[in-house]
Amino acid sequence: MTMPPLAGPPLAPPPLAAPIRPRPAGALARLMRRKLALFGMALIALVAAGAAFAPLIAPYAPDTQHFDGLTMEGAPMPPGGAFPMGTDLLGRDLFSRILYGARTSLVIGVAANGLALAIGTLVGVTAGYFRGWIGAALMRFTDLMMAFPALLLAICLAAIFQPSLWIVAMVIALVNWAQTARVINAETASLATRDFIAAERTLGASQGRILFRHILPHLAPTIIVWGTLGISTTVLLEATLSFLGVGVQPPTPSWGNIIFENQTYFQAAPWLVFIPGAAIILLALAFNLVGDALRDELDPTQRGRG
Amino acid sequence: MGAYLLRRLIAAALILLGVSFITFVLLYVLPADPVRQIAGRSATPATVESIRQQLGLDQPFLVQYGRYLAGLAQGDLGRSYLQKTDVATLIAARLPASLMLMAGGILCELALGLSMGVIAALSRGRFTDQALMMASFVTVSAPQFVVSLLLLYVFAVRLEWFPIGGYGTLAHLALPALTLGILGSGWYARMMRSSMIDVLRADFIRTARAKGLSRARVVLRHALPNAALPVIAMIGIDIGVFMGGIVVVESVFGWPGIGQLAWQAIQRVDIPIIMGVTLVSACAIVAGNLLADVIAPFIDPRITLR
Repeated sequence: MTMPPLAGPPLAPPPLAAPIRPRPAGALARLMRRKLALFGMALIALVAAGAAFAPLIAPYAPDTQHFDGLTMEGAPMPPGGAFPMGTDLLGRDLFSRILYGARTSLVIGVAANGLALAIGTLVGVTAGYFRGWIGAALMRFTDLMMAFPALLLAICLAAIFQPSLWIVAMVIALVNWAQTARVINAETASLATRDFIAAERTLGASQGRILFRHILPHLAPTIIVWGTLGISTTVLLEATLSFLGVGVQPPTPSWGNIIFENQTYFQAAPWLVFIPGAAIILLALAFNLVGDALRDELDPTQRGRG
Repeated sequence: MGAYLLRRLIAAALILLGVSFITFVLLYVLPADPVRQIAGRSATPATVESIRQQLGLDQPFLVQYGRYLAGLAQGDLGRSYLQKTDVATLIAARLPASLMLMAGGILCELALGLSMGVIAALSRGRFTDQALMMASFVTVSAPQFVVSLLLLYVFAVRLEWFPIGGYGTLAHLALPALTLGILGSGWYARMMRSSMIDVLRADFIRTARAKGLSRARVVLRHALPNAALPVIAMIGIDIGVFMGGIVVVESVFGWPGIGQLAWQAIQRVDIPIIMGVTLVSACAIVAGNLLADVIAPFIDPRITLR
């Protein structure tokens, strides 16, 4: 599962005129040497593999209601035997539902967060680079979004629209981009005043060239860090919405809605709540660990604080 | 200071105006028709129409919003569609419960977070430190409902130390407050740790040690207050997280605060209540941020308000 650390010949000394720029490739190698980050990456790989190969791994189809999946009294089966994680209230295999639920979590985690990141970067860069009234208006709007109680807003939106996988992803993106926009805006604004950007401008570089060749590459570390940490927030938000019944709708399994469907029975069948609950925590934890390690590696201002 | 406050207050008012406008727009485009909910299924079209007129929902959007703002200026948040009571009255009746829960939550998260941070800083680099930082990662990766259900299961169902839900005594408050406290503690633990590490490096600590003071006295009397103050001053920023968290925690524990009120209103499409709670939450968030900024210079004189 885990890759060996990237061993290789010692790096040649950098050429004298090399531009000082954080190097994601080198960072990945250093990341592999951090135990917690490695643990996080292993977890992510595990969940991703489970999601990708769900049809091969899962012992049953996620929505088959097994005749022998309930006890004589009609209660769900505890873990063990034919059902490794037990069955739910309808006699469906929990392990299979967890595997398919990983798809929901990852798809929403990546899609919703990617969209939030794109909106946040677009708003942040535009406001930070062009300033003027457009920049001011964009950042005031960002402030406004930050004043919304995010979870309440997400619940409202999800309840308003008939929730589906993609609606939920969009709702999460809509409430989650503001933080990224703020960080990217601050960074772009400080980059834009740096001498090398002024030099580029003096040399006659076009706005597009400055933005795409010089500003964006310097923002890459920030975007990578916030992108990773953001997936964790997104996974939690999706689970919470689904738990409240306004997220991903059954029968599509999601770790949140597995708990939603079974919570009335949780005193007698705690595994129905705590196995999906543990899955949510582990996945969110994994992205937090990797994101935090990335921040340590990629953001020089944070280095040495650990 | 006066000019700064005035500017911030005007900005806050504008942000709240924006929040009210966006919420109003969202709820106005709501596909679920509240009138049908109120009238019931057997209502004739004429009844539906008369209710619509009665609630002013037949008016153009801007007229409706204008009326709402005019009411707002007089402290009137409108009337609940279903409960036939003023929203302001409903929220006022629920607010003490939510504030009590928040106070309990803040107390728990500070007690947990600060002690975790101090212990981690004192054992920096050792196993205790790593274990505590891992724990802090887990708390920020856990969704509210999983922690709520876990505490419920362990302390109410299994150990029967606390009631399963409800409101009234300190015993009822313990589990929901602890849930909020655990979730927030990780953030405080990390800030407290780095703040403590910075303070322990400071010259005045070396002086205190050189004077021959005991380690306990140096840590408790000299380092702790200096390290804790800036961390505690961040509570204001935390209010936003709380406002989202209480929706879930109050619903799980049956705590009769504004979070539960909002959740019930969302399910019944009782728009005036949703609108009112969103505005109250936004007020709390804006006030919290303002508070954090205003007290910062008192705690660290190097910070000036601009």
